[in-house]
Amino acid sequence: MASALINVPERARRGEIIEIKTLIAHPMETGYRRSQVGARIPRDIIRLFVCTYNGTEVFRAELHPAIAANPFIVFSTVATDSGTLVFQWTGDNGFAVRESAAIVVE
Amino acid sequence: MRTTVGAVLGALALAAAAVAGEIPTAERRSGYDFMGREIRAMQDDDTANPGMLWVLEGGALWTRKTGADGKACADCHGDARTSMKGVAARHPAFDAARGRPVSLEQRINACRTDRQQAPALAWESRELLALTAHVARQSRGLPIALAPEAPMQPFLDAGRAAFHRRQGQLNLACSQCHDDLWGRKLAGNVIPQAHPTGYPIYRLEWQGLGSLQRRLRNCLVGIRAEPYAYGAPELVDLELYLMWRARGMIIEAPAVRP
Repeated sequence: MASALINVPERARRGEIIEIKTLIAHPMETGYRRSQVGARIPRDIIRLFVCTYNGTEVFRAELHPAIAANPFIVFSTVATDSGTLVFQWTGDNGFAVRESAAIVVE
Repeated sequence: MRTTVGAVLGALALAAAAVAGEIPTAERRSGYDFMGREIRAMQDDDTANPGMLWVLEGGALWTRKTGADGKACADCHGDARTSMKGVAARHPAFDAARGRPVSLEQRINACRTDRQQAPALAWESRELLALTAHVARQSRGLPIALAPEAPMQPFLDAGRAAFHRRQGQLNLACSQCHDDLWGRKLAGNVIPQAHPTGYPIYRLEWQGLGSLQRRLRNCLVGIRAEPYAYGAPELVDLELYLMWRARGMIIEAPAVRP
């Protein structure tokens, strides 16, 4: 399952600071745990989260083991122009999710 | 003389605490009221509540055709937002075919095996939790409307008896903590009143969604009792009693709990 919940204000005034919330389903397996029979459970985490606003990178986060499952990332940016915010999560085992949200700036 | 009166009063107070009994309706509080500001905010915001990830997935499963008959939930039930409204608020409900109450999870699985001709989903599997969360979400904001009909009474009584029965190596009954000592602390945590208003819940400790039966098994392990198996009649009876005990309280599913 690769589903994400994104909360971006639909409208904003130019120059306004907007808050963006993202939540993505991911187990974030640390790689340090062992199963009941002692075998190491392989690491499976999201390693990178990037948000671009009309093609310009506005936020980037590197994720590491010990970050909880289903990472919830909240950040802010300045509303400059109407357009699209693109969110990308990439991680172990070829995990790659891309979502986008539109914003109208007036 | 004074010490005697004091001792008697003390003994009376102890006796009163020991037979505190059921919580009066006006004093009932959801687990939500015992949580901190941050976790409440997480539950209240649908884009911050991780339980909504399962609700979303359940919505996708709702319309996916499955089983030998190639039918989806939506083919019979239509739009869950209208057809499933209030359903979680009246489960466990009496199932005439089985002659006993069934939980929401069991109802969903019965629909799968009988109507869709599909294999039953495993307890606590992603799919079953997602479908349960999706159905339960449609009752959010509605009061728990459990009106046990006559055939339910023996099961309700059995659940009530289980709630008040001392169990496990610690020899504790559910009621000793949740009826008599709610609001006090167990280690660092506040003891809630054990009203199942938000199931399935996203528990931060689990880092995932879990059913009421998972929570009950968790509590049984906590008092060092042998937990009943998932779907065991004893657990469904206990669920039934807990829902009846919380009748009239508002459904919050999917709730977030520490």
